[in-house]
Amino acid sequence: MAVPAIELSGVVKCFGAIRAVDGLDLDVPEGICLGLLGPNGAGKSTTMRLLTGQAIADEGSIRVLGHELPGESKEARALMGVVPQLDNLDVDVSVQDNLAVFARLYRVRDVGEAVDRGLALARLTGRRTDAVDKLSGGMRRRLLLARGLVHRPQLMLLDEPTVGLDPQIRTELWSLIDALRAEGKTILMSTHYIEEAERLADEVALMAEGRVIARGRPSELIAEHAGRETAEVYGPPERLAEVRTRAQADGLAVRPAGPAVAIVGAERSSNGAVPPDAVRRPASLEDVFVLLTGAEAE
Amino acid sequence: MRRLEPAAIGGVMSREVANFRTIWRTTTFSSLLEPVIYLVAFGLGLGATIVNRVDGLEYVEFVGTGMVATAVIFSSALPAMFGTFVKERFQRTYDAILAAPVDVEELVTAEMLWIGLRAGVYGTFPLIVSMLFGLDPAPGMLLVPLFCFITALGFAAFGIAVAGSVAKIDQFNYVTTLVITPLFLVAGTFFPISGLPQGLQVAAQVNPLHHLVELVRHASFGFEIEDLIRVGVLVGFAVCLWRLAVRRMTARLID
Repeated sequence: MAVPAIELSGVVKCFGAIRAVDGLDLDVPEGICLGLLGPNGAGKSTTMRLLTGQAIADEGSIRVLGHELPGESKEARALMGVVPQLDNLDVDVSVQDNLAVFARLYRVRDVGEAVDRGLALARLTGRRTDAVDKLSGGMRRRLLLARGLVHRPQLMLLDEPTVGLDPQIRTELWSLIDALRAEGKTILMSTHYIEEAERLADEVALMAEGRVIARGRPSELIAEHAGRETAEVYGPPERLAEVRTRAQADGLAVRPAGPAVAIVGAERSSNGAVPPDAVRRPASLEDVFVLLTGAEAE
Repeated sequence: MRRLEPAAIGGVMSREVANFRTIWRTTTFSSLLEPVIYLVAFGLGLGATIVNRVDGLEYVEFVGTGMVATAVIFSSALPAMFGTFVKERFQRTYDAILAAPVDVEELVTAEMLWIGLRAGVYGTFPLIVSMLFGLDPAPGMLLVPLFCFITALGFAAFGIAVAGSVAKIDQFNYVTTLVITPLFLVAGTFFPISGLPQGLQVAAQVNPLHHLVELVRHASFGFEIEDLIRVGVLVGFAVCLWRLAVRRMTARLID
């Protein structure tokens, strides 16, 4: 059996009294895109920092691409690329120099070739001499992605790669990440956007309170935790409360869904717990997310 | 991978060079103009009206050589403090660098070396400007960039250690008021320390800036055997502060 690209076993990371990561077991096989999905505070960013050696685990073991962390963190980092949540490009420096600096940091032999490749990937060849602060938000995110790929890493860590972006830029980024998946690159992507995880991840690991609470392909997670069908019921609060009580009495899971309540696993309803005017739709990863984490989906 | 890899240090310094290319004009302009202003104000003003000769030197020669130390501390400690804090806290530059195969020790060393090199060059500007005001060139002056470089390494490390220790950027005010200003005043830049009370004279002996001032004056007017000790003090200062800076930044950057 192939060695996973990432293996975390029993990892604990505390900040004072807070256990940000609490007994995390996670492995990422080579060649897949694993979405690390969870609400804010679930421990996703801390997990990313543990993998880049910027946080040291209090307990447990971490191996990345065969290297034990934190002792061999530098060796592991040489083989991985990181796209951070926050834009930390050098804004006064040209696009090409931003790439060249990181090519040098990653010991790339042919810096010029790496810069040209990065520019092509980010579709910024025509803007190579422009300062970064002259670029649009979407261009800057593409440049961040290209910077993380400047040394042809075996593994990519994408930390909330589209957080705070408008839908058009997000779609642009997704197509670039899709291209990486098609190349067979191993990707670990943290996100709290359900749609992003569904769209990009081969597998999803759902995190809450510092540990993985569910793991599988999106369709498997939905089938296992949410069934086939969800029924959404709209109406005044009194009616929604009544629907909720009846559905729960029937053994069904119910969750809030904006102005409605959603009855999850509605196909199992046997005695009229789902009203005839309910809007039925296929169960979704969002249903799983809300049911298991108790958090509202974004 | 080894510690203190030249490739990692060079990579971090290349980032500094790329940024410096966007600001070198303003930095160089102020570094050249500042000593001119000081020399006109102190050297010609004070020197012509109140003070004529100090420690056997024309006042312009005394101030011109002393101001090298001023240039060094202000082009090393302050950029290190503010630059490090901004890159760590606001720009998140260090998060990006440390995600690459670079460790905190290499990062701090590269920052120190870059600031040291810059200060080594800018530290000589007051000397060059002083020549326009009558200071005679001397062969020993060729060593001044080296003295500035070594001193600036220590003060860069000091600035980085401070940046790695404070919680808010406005706390730098304490450091400039309580540490940097006294160091620069009790260095023998504008007046000889021999005129100070005994306690301050002793304090000056542990002030690295005072040793730099003496080295620059001796480079201009004749070295003494004690200058080897002065160089040793500056090297020791740089090494001690380097280790402190690495420790403070590791605590700040690695959770």
